[in-house]
Amino acid sequence: MTPQIAVFLVLAAMAVAGAVSLILQRHPIHSALSLIVVMVSLAGLYLLLGAEFIAAVQIIVYGGAIMVLFVFVIMLLNAGEEERTNVSRMARFVGVPLGVMFLLEVAYWIARATSHLAPPAAQLVSTRDLSTLLFREYVFPFELTSFLILIALLGALVLARREDSD
Amino acid sequence: MVPISYYLALSAVLFGLGVVAFIFKRNIITIFMAIELMLNAVNLAFVAFSRALGQLQGQVFVFFVIVVAAAEAAVGLAIIIVIARNRGTLNVERVDSLKH
Repeated sequence: MTPQIAVFLVLAAMAVAGAVSLILQRHPIHSALSLIVVMVSLAGLYLLLGAEFIAAVQIIVYGGAIMVLFVFVIMLLNAGEEERTNVSRMARFVGVPLGVMFLLEVAYWIARATSHLAPPAAQLVSTRDLSTLLFREYVFPFELTSFLILIALLGALVLARREDSD
Repeated sequence: MVPISYYLALSAVLFGLGVVAFIFKRNIITIFMAIELMLNAVNLAFVAFSRALGQLQGQVFVFFVIVVAAAEAAVGLAIIIVIARNRGTLNVERVDSLKH
Protein backbone atom coordinates (compact mmCIF):
# COMPACT_ATOMS: atom_id res chain seq x y z
CA MET A 1 0.00 0.00 0.00
CA THR A 2 1.53 3.24 -1.13
CA PRO A 3 1.25 6.33 1.07
CA GLN A 4 -1.14 7.90 -1.45
CA ILE A 5 -3.60 5.06 -1.12
CA ALA A 6 -3.39 5.24 2.67
CA VAL A 7 -4.13 8.99 2.59
CA PHE A 8 -6.97 8.36 0.14
CA LEU A 9 -8.49 5.69 2.37
CA VAL A 10 -8.33 7.93 5.45
CA LEU A 11 -9.92 10.89 3.63
CA ALA A 12 -12.55 8.68 1.99
CA ALA A 13 -13.46 7.13 5.36
CA MET A 14 -13.75 10.65 6.82
CA ALA A 15 -16.02 11.76 3.97
CA VAL A 16 -18.30 8.72 4.21
CA ALA A 17 -18.42 8.93 8.01
CA GLY A 18 -19.39 12.61 7.76
CA ALA A 19 -22.12 11.85 5.22
CA VAL A 20 -23.52 9.01 7.38
CA SER A 21 -23.41 11.29 10.42
CA LEU A 22 -25.33 13.95 8.44
CA ILE A 23 -28.13 11.40 8.03
CA LEU A 24 -28.08 10.07 11.59
CA GLN A 25 -27.86 13.33 13.55
CA ARG A 26 -31.20 14.70 14.69
CA HIS A 27 -30.17 18.30 15.25
CA PRO A 28 -29.54 20.42 12.12
CA ILE A 29 -26.46 22.08 13.60
CA HIS A 30 -24.82 18.66 14.07
CA SER A 31 -25.72 17.80 10.48
CA ALA A 32 -24.10 21.04 9.33
CA LEU A 33 -20.89 20.25 11.23
CA SER A 34 -20.85 16.75 9.67
CA LEU A 35 -21.19 18.34 6.24
CA ILE A 36 -18.16 20.54 7.00
CA VAL A 37 -16.15 17.36 7.73
CA VAL A 38 -17.21 15.98 4.33
CA MET A 39 -16.18 19.18 2.57
CA VAL A 40 -12.79 19.41 4.24
CA SER A 41 -11.96 15.79 3.42
CA LEU A 42 -13.07 16.38 -0.18
CA ALA A 43 -10.65 19.31 -0.31
CA GLY A 44 -7.92 16.89 0.80
CA LEU A 45 -8.91 14.51 -2.00
CA TYR A 46 -8.68 17.35 -4.53
CA LEU A 47 -5.16 18.04 -3.30
CA LEU A 48 -4.38 14.35 -3.77
CA LEU A 49 -5.69 14.62 -7.34
CA GLY A 50 -3.39 17.58 -7.97
CA ALA A 51 -6.13 20.22 -8.14
CA GLU A 52 -4.76 22.79 -5.69
CA PHE A 53 -6.94 25.67 -6.85
CA ILE A 54 -10.14 23.65 -6.58
CA ALA A 55 -9.08 22.49 -3.10
CA ALA A 56 -8.57 26.08 -1.96
CA VAL A 57 -11.89 27.18 -3.46
CA GLN A 58 -13.60 24.21 -1.82
CA ILE A 59 -12.33 25.26 1.61
CA ILE A 60 -13.00 28.98 1.14
CA VAL A 61 -16.36 28.90 -0.62
CA TYR A 62 -17.92 25.66 0.59
CA GLY A 63 -16.34 25.18 4.00
CA GLY A 64 -16.32 28.90 4.64
CA ALA A 65 -19.03 30.93 2.96
CA ILE A 66 -21.80 28.43 2.27
CA MET A 67 -21.55 26.57 5.57
CA VAL A 68 -21.42 29.81 7.54
CA LEU A 69 -24.64 30.78 5.76
CA PHE A 70 -26.20 27.47 6.78
CA VAL A 71 -25.12 27.72 10.41
CA PHE A 72 -26.28 31.34 10.49
CA VAL A 73 -29.74 30.42 9.20
CA ILE A 74 -30.02 27.47 11.61
CA MET A 75 -29.28 29.79 14.52
CA LEU A 76 -31.47 32.59 13.15
CA LEU A 77 -34.48 30.30 12.86
CA ASN A 78 -33.65 28.59 16.13
CA ALA A 79 -34.07 25.22 14.45
CA GLY A 80 -34.62 22.52 17.01
CA GLU A 81 -34.37 18.76 16.86
CA GLU A 82 -36.25 16.94 14.17
CA GLU A 83 -39.58 15.50 15.18
CA ARG A 84 -39.46 11.75 14.99
CA THR A 85 -42.01 10.43 12.56
CA ASN A 86 -42.99 6.84 12.92
CA VAL A 87 -40.85 4.89 10.47
CA SER A 88 -42.32 1.49 9.72
CA ARG A 89 -40.43 -1.47 11.07
CA MET A 90 -40.07 -2.89 7.58
CA ALA A 91 -38.33 0.27 6.37
CA ARG A 92 -35.84 0.01 9.22
CA PHE A 93 -35.00 -3.68 8.99
CA VAL A 94 -35.30 -4.21 5.24
CA GLY A 95 -34.64 -0.76 3.85
CA VAL A 96 -31.31 -0.09 5.55
CA PRO A 97 -29.57 -3.37 4.49
CA LEU A 98 -31.00 -3.06 0.99
CA GLY A 99 -29.81 0.54 0.73
CA VAL A 100 -26.31 -0.35 1.92
CA MET A 101 -26.16 -3.26 -0.53
CA PHE A 102 -27.34 -1.04 -3.37
CA LEU A 103 -24.73 1.63 -2.59
CA LEU A 104 -21.90 -0.90 -2.40
CA GLU A 105 -23.04 -2.54 -5.62
CA VAL A 106 -23.16 0.77 -7.51
CA ALA A 107 -19.70 1.66 -6.18
CA TYR A 108 -18.34 -1.77 -7.16
CA TRP A 109 -19.68 -1.64 -10.72
CA ILE A 110 -18.53 1.93 -11.28
CA ALA A 111 -15.07 1.04 -9.97
CA ARG A 112 -15.00 -2.04 -12.20
CA ALA A 113 -16.27 -0.33 -15.33
CA THR A 114 -13.75 2.49 -15.06
CA SER A 115 -10.77 0.48 -13.88
CA HIS A 116 -9.15 0.76 -17.32
CA LEU A 117 -8.71 4.51 -16.76
CA ALA A 118 -5.18 4.38 -15.46
CA PRO A 119 -4.02 7.44 -13.53
CA PRO A 120 -1.57 9.38 -15.69
CA ALA A 121 1.91 9.46 -14.29
CA ALA A 122 2.81 12.52 -12.24
CA GLN A 123 1.63 15.08 -14.73
CA LEU A 124 1.16 18.19 -12.72
CA VAL A 125 -1.54 20.63 -13.67
CA SER A 126 -0.71 24.10 -12.53
CA THR A 127 -3.11 26.79 -11.47
CA ARG A 128 -1.63 28.93 -14.24
CA ASP A 129 -2.93 26.52 -16.91
CA LEU A 130 -6.32 26.51 -15.26
CA SER A 131 -6.55 30.29 -15.18
CA THR A 132 -5.40 30.53 -18.80
CA LEU A 133 -8.19 28.19 -19.82
CA LEU A 134 -10.71 29.99 -17.63
CA PHE A 135 -9.91 33.47 -18.93
CA ARG A 136 -9.36 32.56 -22.58
CA GLU A 137 -11.93 29.94 -23.52
CA TYR A 138 -14.42 30.31 -20.72
CA VAL A 139 -14.29 34.05 -20.15
CA PHE A 140 -17.90 34.60 -21.29
CA PRO A 141 -19.41 32.05 -18.87
CA PHE A 142 -17.10 33.44 -16.19
CA GLU A 143 -18.49 36.94 -16.68
CA LEU A 144 -22.02 35.55 -16.75
CA THR A 145 -21.53 34.07 -13.29
CA SER A 146 -21.08 37.59 -11.92
CA PHE A 147 -24.57 38.44 -13.19
CA LEU A 148 -25.84 35.21 -11.67
CA ILE A 149 -24.43 36.13 -8.28
CA LEU A 150 -25.80 39.67 -8.53
CA ILE A 151 -29.28 38.35 -9.34
CA ALA A 152 -29.06 35.78 -6.52
CA LEU A 153 -28.07 38.56 -4.14
CA LEU A 154 -31.04 40.70 -5.18
CA GLY A 155 -33.36 37.70 -5.02
CA ALA A 156 -32.22 36.79 -1.52
CA LEU A 157 -32.67 40.40 -0.39
CA VAL A 158 -36.17 40.65 -1.86
CA LEU A 159 -37.24 37.31 -0.41
CA ALA A 160 -35.88 37.81 3.08
CA ARG A 161 -37.07 41.42 3.47
CA ARG A 162 -39.79 42.03 6.03
CA GLU A 163 -42.89 43.59 4.48
CA ASP A 164 -44.14 45.67 7.35
CA SER A 165 -43.54 49.32 6.40
CA ASP A 166 -46.54 49.90 4.13
CA MET B 1 -0.93 6.46 -7.37
CA VAL B 2 -4.55 5.97 -6.45
CA PRO B 3 -6.62 4.45 -9.28
CA ILE B 4 -9.24 6.84 -10.65
CA SER B 5 -11.94 4.21 -10.17
CA TYR B 6 -11.56 4.54 -6.38
CA TYR B 7 -12.50 8.21 -6.60
CA LEU B 8 -15.48 7.44 -8.81
CA ALA B 9 -16.69 4.75 -6.41
CA LEU B 10 -16.39 7.19 -3.50
CA SER B 11 -18.25 9.79 -5.53
CA ALA B 12 -21.07 7.29 -6.17
CA VAL B 13 -21.30 6.39 -2.48
CA LEU B 14 -21.41 10.06 -1.43
CA PHE B 15 -24.07 10.83 -4.03
CA GLY B 16 -26.13 7.86 -2.82
CA LEU B 17 -25.84 9.02 0.79
CA GLY B 18 -26.96 12.47 -0.34
CA VAL B 19 -30.04 10.94 -1.97
CA VAL B 20 -30.76 8.93 1.20
CA ALA B 21 -30.49 12.08 3.32
CA PHE B 22 -32.71 13.97 0.87
CA ILE B 23 -35.43 11.32 1.17
CA PHE B 24 -35.23 10.57 4.89
CA LYS B 25 -34.69 13.93 6.55
CA ARG B 26 -37.67 15.99 7.64
CA ASN B 27 -35.99 19.30 8.35
CA ILE B 28 -35.91 21.55 5.30
CA ILE B 29 -32.43 22.89 6.14
CA THR B 30 -31.01 19.37 6.34
CA ILE B 31 -32.64 18.51 3.01
CA PHE B 32 -30.88 21.51 1.55
CA MET B 33 -27.59 20.23 2.97
CA ALA B 34 -28.23 16.88 1.28
CA ILE B 35 -28.41 18.72 -2.06
CA GLU B 36 -25.04 20.33 -1.31
CA LEU B 37 -23.64 16.87 -0.53
CA MET B 38 -24.79 15.57 -3.92
CA LEU B 39 -23.22 18.58 -5.68
CA ASN B 40 -19.95 17.82 -3.88
CA ALA B 41 -20.05 14.18 -4.97
CA VAL B 42 -20.47 15.25 -8.60
CA ASN B 43 -17.58 17.70 -8.22
CA LEU B 44 -15.35 14.85 -7.06
CA ALA B 45 -16.24 12.85 -10.17
CA PHE B 46 -15.47 15.91 -12.34
CA VAL B 47 -12.02 16.39 -10.81
CA ALA B 48 -11.27 12.65 -11.01
CA PHE B 49 -12.12 12.52 -14.72
CA SER B 50 -10.16 15.71 -15.30
CA ARG B 51 -7.14 13.96 -13.80
CA ALA B 52 -7.72 10.70 -15.67
CA LEU B 53 -8.10 12.32 -19.08
CA GLY B 54 -5.38 14.90 -18.48
CA GLN B 55 -7.72 17.76 -19.37
CA LEU B 56 -8.50 20.84 -17.35
CA GLN B 57 -12.08 21.38 -18.49
CA GLY B 58 -13.36 19.27 -15.61
CA GLN B 59 -11.80 21.63 -13.07
CA VAL B 60 -13.30 24.65 -14.85
CA PHE B 61 -16.73 23.02 -14.60
CA VAL B 62 -16.17 22.36 -10.89
CA PHE B 63 -15.41 26.05 -10.47
CA PHE B 64 -18.71 26.98 -12.12
CA VAL B 65 -20.60 24.38 -10.09
CA ILE B 66 -19.23 25.92 -6.88
CA VAL B 67 -20.25 29.42 -7.99
CA VAL B 68 -23.77 28.26 -8.88
CA ALA B 69 -24.01 26.38 -5.57
CA ALA B 70 -23.15 29.57 -3.72
CA ALA B 71 -25.90 31.49 -5.54
CA GLU B 72 -28.30 28.61 -4.96
CA ALA B 73 -27.51 28.53 -1.24
CA ALA B 74 -28.21 32.25 -0.89
CA VAL B 75 -31.60 32.09 -2.65
CA GLY B 76 -32.57 28.75 -1.10
CA LEU B 77 -31.85 29.89 2.44
CA ALA B 78 -33.84 33.08 1.82
CA ILE B 79 -36.78 30.91 0.72
CA ILE B 80 -36.35 28.79 3.86
CA ILE B 81 -36.47 31.93 6.02
CA VAL B 82 -39.70 33.02 4.28
CA ILE B 83 -41.26 29.56 4.77
CA ALA B 84 -40.29 29.52 8.44
CA ARG B 85 -41.73 33.01 8.92
CA ASN B 86 -45.00 32.30 7.13
CA ARG B 87 -45.71 28.80 8.39
CA GLY B 88 -43.82 28.69 11.68
CA THR B 89 -42.27 25.30 11.02
CA LEU B 90 -39.24 23.78 9.32
CA ASN B 91 -40.79 20.33 8.98
CA VAL B 92 -41.48 19.58 5.32
CA GLU B 93 -44.42 17.38 6.24
CA ARG B 94 -46.21 20.42 7.65
CA VAL B 95 -45.77 22.40 4.43
CA ASP B 96 -48.67 20.79 2.60
CA SER B 97 -51.02 23.58 1.48
CA LEU B 98 -51.36 22.04 -1.97
CA LYS B 99 -52.77 18.86 -0.46
CA HIS B 100 -55.73 20.53 1.27
